[in-house]
This record gives sequence, C-alpha cells and structure tokens, in this order.
Amino acid sequence: MAPLAPRSGDAVFASVERVNAELFTLTYGAIVRQLITDLEEVEEVNKQLDQMGYNIGVRLIDEFLAKSNVSRCVDFKETAEVIAKVGFKMFLGVTATVTNWDAEGTSCSLVLEDNPLVDFVELPDTCQGLSYCNILSGVIRGALEMVSMKTEITWVRDMLQGDDAYELRVKLLKQVPEEYPYKDDD
Amino acid sequence: MIGVGKAKQYANVLDKPLSRGRQEVSLSAFAFLFSELVQYNQTQVDNIAELERRLEDAGYAVGARVLELLCHREKGNRRETRLLGILSFIHSTVWKVLFGKVADSLEKGTEHEDEYMISEKELLVNRFISVPKDMGAFNCGAFVAGIVRGVLDSAGFPAVVTAHFVPIEGQQRPRTTILIKFAEEVLRREARLG
Repeated sequence: MAPLAPRSGDAVFASVERVNAELFTLTYGAIVRQLITDLEEVEEVNKQLDQMGYNIGVRLIDEFLAKSNVSRCVDFKETAEVIAKVGFKMFLGVTATVTNWDAEGTSCSLVLEDNPLVDFVELPDTCQGLSYCNILSGVIRGALEMVSMKTEITWVRDMLQGDDAYELRVKLLKQVPEEYPYKDDD
Repeated sequence: MIGVGKAKQYANVLDKPLSRGRQEVSLSAFAFLFSELVQYNQTQVDNIAELERRLEDAGYAVGARVLELLCHREKGNRRETRLLGILSFIHSTVWKVLFGKVADSLEKGTEHEDEYMISEKELLVNRFISVPKDMGAFNCGAFVAGIVRGVLDSAGFPAVVTAHFVPIEGQQRPRTTILIKFAEEVLRREARLG
C-alpha cells in the first residue's frame, strides 16, 4: 500500500474532536496552582511540569503519527517545521514559527505568538522564575525522544515574564540509533 | 546610559479585552492534561476519598473562575441570585461553554428538599478513564463536581457536591450524576425570598 500523503495541521485539527480552550486553560491553571501549593519551590514546580509534559509527549507521539500521516523526517529542519505547523496545530490549534537556525542546523527557535495555556494568567511577584508553560517543552522533548531524538529545550522568551512572544530553543543533542533490527515489509 | 535597555512590559490581564471564548483545542490535548492531573494527584494521596477531594479542589478553582468569566461575558455582569436560576445557569450556560453541550438532565431529589442532580450520560472527563477494580467507586467526575461547587460557592450558594456512577439498564457504561446538596442557609434564604 502506498503511504498516505501527510496531512496539513489545519486538516488534522479540523477532523479531530475538539473542546473549548478555556476548559483546557483553566484546568492547566488548576494544575499549576496545585503544584505551587504542594511543592512550594518555583524550581520544583518547573521540574514537575516538565516531567508531566514528558509523560504526555511519550504518549502523544503515537496519536500524532497515526493522525498526521507524517513519515520519517529527513532532517532536524523538517522535524522542527512539522512540530510547529502540524503538531502545535493538531493539538492546540495554533502554529509556531521556526527561526534562528544555527549554522549546523541542530538548534532552532520555535516562536509562539498565540498560546492557549496562558489566557487569564498573570504571574504574581512570588512566582517570578516560574516557567508557566514548561509542560510544553516537556511534551516536545518526550515526543522527540520516542522518534529517537534527544533534545534539550529551554525557554528564551516568555510573555508572562514581560517578553513580546514565547520562544522555545530546541537543541538536538543526538540522534539515538535504532535499537532493533527493523524489518521493513513493504 | 542609565535607563536605556529593554523595559519589560508586564501585561496586565485585566487590561486585555476579554476573549470571545470561541477558541478550541483538541480533545486529546485536554484528555492528556487531565490524565496527568489525575496521575499526579494519585501520587500525593493514599486513599480514594483523598484523591477525589484533591480533584474536587482543582475543579473548584476552575469553577470559581468560570462563574466570573461567564457572568461578564454571557450575562452582562449580572449573576443569578435564585436557586433555580443558578442551577439552570450551570446546567445550560456553564455546561455549554465547558463541554459544548447542555447537560443531559437537571432534576430535583425526590427524598430530600435540598438535593438536586445534574446527570450526564458520558461525562467528558470520564470518557477515556476506566477505573481499576481495586479503586472501587472512584469517579473522575469529582473534578466536574468541584467545578459545580466552585460556581455555586462563588455565587453565594454553598453546597456539598459529589459525583456518582449510576448504572443505566442496557448500557455498558454508567452515567455520571453530580449530586448537589445545598447548605441549610441557602434553603432558608430561598424560602424567605418566596
């Protein structure tokens, strides 16, 4: 069977079941608030959010591959574009821009203008240093790890901290070689 | 030079226009997030009641905000002051905004004057959840019960709200009933208002 053509983010988003973004936003807010109450330290909250994101990413990649028909990306550049245009769109209904490639093509920035996680949010003074959206970086890291890419992801800009956009720096650390001798039965 | 540099602009959330609330995310994004909420809370407790209480707390925080948001946006800054008014506000407006549909039913308890029930055949949060046998009557609907309690409490109708599974004949999955038991003062006030 010929492989199906990859679908655009818009097409996938249009075909999946959707829920009101406010339910999502407020639920996320409730999670962050619980973590702050439980863990007290902003750093610990960042860590826990990242871990939760990772757990999600590990599972989310299956659904992503199944619904988007995206096949193996030829290089990291393509991977980044797919995350920004298909991945973000499919799950969150927004797209990101990929910019600031380094010379080797191993690190780039994902810039989000629209971020459904942060509606109604204002960081109080006691929470400066909180990476409110840290779950997103965890998701990307977890998902990429499942397709054999070890990455390091850091927040460069954060509108909640007063910047003009959300910027995630994605750095490819290494491609993990496949562990099993796959047999491709075409 | 002093004072030249990037002045950080802290955006005040109240200065921003209120969104119309038409934005959507995928159901799976919500399901993944909700599952993490449940799993995280599971690590923080050692019994089911405590887990339900924590989910309810998380829901409460959502409910309190939903009331404020919807009163601004849908009701021209007016909030319901009568019992039936607030119940139908939850059953229709809140449900519609959060879950995309009006709740399946809103009933008054037959045995107790202070009890009301909102039932939903397939509650959104229970959709992808199958409760393991050893967790007994645990119901993720506790989160939604918390939302309902948050709305009621913030509107001045303190109540105890719980979620229960109710089996329906001929259906594999039970429906979820959110049981609302109002505080005495609420009923007294309601009686006074006539």
